[in-house]
Amino acid sequence: MIDRRRLLQASVAAFGGASPVLSAFAAPARGGLDPTSQAAHVLNRLGFGPRPGDLDTVSRDPQAWIEQQLAPQQLALPASLTARLNETQFTGGDPIAPVREFIALLQDRLAAAKFAQSAQTMQPGQAVAAAPGAAAQAGQPNGPVAQYVRGFQLPAIESRLFRALESPRQLQEVMVDFWFNHFNVYQNKNFMRVLVGHYEHSAIRPHALGRFRDLLGATAHHPAMLYYLDNWTSVGPQGEARGRGLNENYARELMELHTLGVDAGYSQQDVTQLARMLTGWTIVPPRRPLAAGPLARMARSGNGGAMPGFLFNERMHDAGEKTWLGHRIAPNGQAEGEYALDVLASHPATAHHIAYKLAQYFVSDQPDPALVERLASEFQKHDGQIVAVLRALFASDAFWSPANRGAKFKTPYHYALSTLRAGGYTVDGAQPLANFLGAEGMPLFGCLTPDGYKNTEAAWLNPDGVGKRFDFAAQVANHRLGREQLTGGLAARDLMDQLGPLVTPATRELVARKSEEAPVVAVAMVLAGPGMMRR
Amino acid sequence: MNEHRIARRTALKLAGSAMFTSFGGIQVLRAQPAPSSGAAQPRLIVVMLRGAMDGLSLVVPFGENVYYQSRSTIAIARPGEANGLLKLNNLFGLHPASAPLMPYWESRQLAFIHASGSPDPTRSHFDAQDYMESATPGRKSTPDGWLNRLSTVLAGPHSTPASQRLQAVNLGPTMPRIFAGEAEVASLSTGARALAKGALDRPELAQAFGQLYAGDDRLSQVVHEASATRGEIMGNLASDEPAADQGALSLNGLPQDTARLARLMVRDKRVRLAFVAVGGWDTHAGQGGAQGQLSNRFSLLAQSLDALAKGLGDDLNRTTIVVMSEFGRTVRQNGTNGTDHGHGNVAWVMGGGVKGGQVLGQWPGLDTASLYEGRDLAITTDFREIIAQVLEQKFRLADKQLAHVLPGMEQRKRLALFA
Repeated sequence: MIDRRRLLQASVAAFGGASPVLSAFAAPARGGLDPTSQAAHVLNRLGFGPRPGDLDTVSRDPQAWIEQQLAPQQLALPASLTARLNETQFTGGDPIAPVREFIALLQDRLAAAKFAQSAQTMQPGQAVAAAPGAAAQAGQPNGPVAQYVRGFQLPAIESRLFRALESPRQLQEVMVDFWFNHFNVYQNKNFMRVLVGHYEHSAIRPHALGRFRDLLGATAHHPAMLYYLDNWTSVGPQGEARGRGLNENYARELMELHTLGVDAGYSQQDVTQLARMLTGWTIVPPRRPLAAGPLARMARSGNGGAMPGFLFNERMHDAGEKTWLGHRIAPNGQAEGEYALDVLASHPATAHHIAYKLAQYFVSDQPDPALVERLASEFQKHDGQIVAVLRALFASDAFWSPANRGAKFKTPYHYALSTLRAGGYTVDGAQPLANFLGAEGMPLFGCLTPDGYKNTEAAWLNPDGVGKRFDFAAQVANHRLGREQLTGGLAARDLMDQLGPLVTPATRELVARKSEEAPVVAVAMVLAGPGMMRR
Repeated sequence: MNEHRIARRTALKLAGSAMFTSFGGIQVLRAQPAPSSGAAQPRLIVVMLRGAMDGLSLVVPFGENVYYQSRSTIAIARPGEANGLLKLNNLFGLHPASAPLMPYWESRQLAFIHASGSPDPTRSHFDAQDYMESATPGRKSTPDGWLNRLSTVLAGPHSTPASQRLQAVNLGPTMPRIFAGEAEVASLSTGARALAKGALDRPELAQAFGQLYAGDDRLSQVVHEASATRGEIMGNLASDEPAADQGALSLNGLPQDTARLARLMVRDKRVRLAFVAVGGWDTHAGQGGAQGQLSNRFSLLAQSLDALAKGLGDDLNRTTIVVMSEFGRTVRQNGTNGTDHGHGNVAWVMGGGVKGGQVLGQWPGLDTASLYEGRDLAITTDFREIIAQVLEQKFRLADKQLAHVLPGMEQRKRLALFA
């Protein structure tokens, strides 16, 4: 465990007035911490680490900074950031239109491929029919499908990474990462790649610091979730004649991962019954124009102001009676599913599950049960208002306890972002950063399974991963990332000043010796040092 | 033999301490004495299919009419029919996309164990995988994974990080639950750029980073291992990595990755345990039959296992490859031409001494009365029994050691897995 205090004393001794540790405004001591160490802690946990100047600013009043982060709408986004964002296609609008276009392009391509293939000799045993997803991946990198997808994928990646790097609303960006993993969808499933940006911007981001029930509802109605976990295709017993019927994938993960948690005591029967209640929750059909007919009427009716692209198709719904979690569910169409979301969002097991995950993300890999209980009760008391739960979390002793400071081993996502922020580096394009995350086993929007990425040391601390972090630090120190040139960056001495207690005394000493003879290596050492690996 | 071993340990220790000052993995490697060819040490490669592979589509009980009744649109046709199964015996056939596995079946180096799995009733992927990796079904508090416990046992009581270096290798950038624990585990990068030169291959940087992590905390240990194993792995593999690896990105690199693992294991006899995870099996919708989504996955898996076995060459005789998945899928197809989470599944074992060319275990049948909870294939062989057989018959673990790796397996129904 790093003793921040001693560290600070060391840094003061070494750098005197150049260090930002002496602040004019004394904030109340948290866990016996001086203001700079408080600032470093909150910047690391509520955000993706300090940028040059941040430690100085935040240390003037760490508590006020926390409150600002909890009310992010008051913080303006810099024009330099907004000018680089291309998000209009992700907010509002019809998410199904690009899906329709994607399918049309793919059909053209498949037709062309079929033609080409018929000219070749078939290998025995070779699989002929390619899934649409595989076909799109196999498509030429500059083919029309790939290009079209790129027009959605790249802006989604840039939006996420540029905001995380440069937005002053750091907690909001942290919560987007948290909730996206909680309600994970996987972009490489067929047309998900044109939906994932819309999902983040229309379902996750607006509610990241809102009310859990709203967030749950938004994800439940979004075409990306309905498609990813197959509920869009689930049909009641009336489908039997056509060989169609129930799919319980979403119903299970809705209880296991999104709300109650796996140990809440529900049964296989409950999974099946919930799946029946959710039949008919589907997407506006992407394969045909909806000019007229009952589906078009249903789609246009707006479904009670639900998510664009969502459709409750009563003809797919199982109109029978259900018994779920001990409740008798009278037939009531879409309202059955809405009722299920109400029950799940306000269930004590959900409060406990969310509290545990927040405590694990923000405090320690094995959070104290007392803290989890306390957060769960805040969650219930405040009707699932996420800000209320976070406020209690950031005021808790556990959050500030010396044992928990710097206790979280960063995920590759946290590591990469905090490294770039540390030196105030600017990337022109987000792709090289996304490539690093992919190589580290954490591709953005690329977690195959619905549980999302873990954020524990056990998951991420391993030789290959650490070696890749070193590569990353070495490249960044050299103002490079893949083929991309980076701007910004500081000399090792200035960088250490800006990072204050996030550079250990031992690192400081080694870097000081190195900075004359090999200044780039010295910067790499700061960025790859033990103080940067944890948060 | 003893002397030889000590010499190797010392060499490794020296290599470890000298690594940061003269970082030369290649020299370190070449300085190592070749292990004695006499007592060939047994090895184990575990392949975990994450997401619940549909075993009823892989090793298909075509002799059961219930199978065809339950899967009207996704069943695989009987052997001899168009796009039909590859016949294994009178009851079972192999999915045609898995054809690359047939030579191993025919040479009796491959045995399937049907209706096997974890006794825990969960249908949660994540709990079931956790239990399969901790080998303590129903208990989440187990801190370590069984492959790590096995590595500790193999290393012996007086082992050092250097002496157990590269004994256990994980394929890929994330450390799985099965390798959680005290023993050090090396990782082998995956993908087309797996062996591209990085910071740790540059002596100046390797030395600088090494100095930052000179302590004995967990992070420093891992950094130390990263540097040491990186050099040794590069020394083993970099010189003759097939050219295809350097250039074009392949769509699915798994066969390349398993071939690379095999080459490492052939060249470095210290590697005794390896783990490979393969995802993408959660086929709830549109899984396809003889062709389609799941078929493509089977094809890739069979190619990858073939690449692994071929790469091992003669070493396959002293290697056991175990392939398993957290649970099977529903006997009946669901309403969306897929299958939902089930219970029993098929596992398989490839390698030397296996009672190959057989589907082992007890087949409980698919009639409703025989199904688990009326919907899933029942389990008649605990997955831990498969592992226990490998540990007893191949690794010759003593009872106490076995109990350490697989607790609670003292009373068990035995499966004759090896000839």
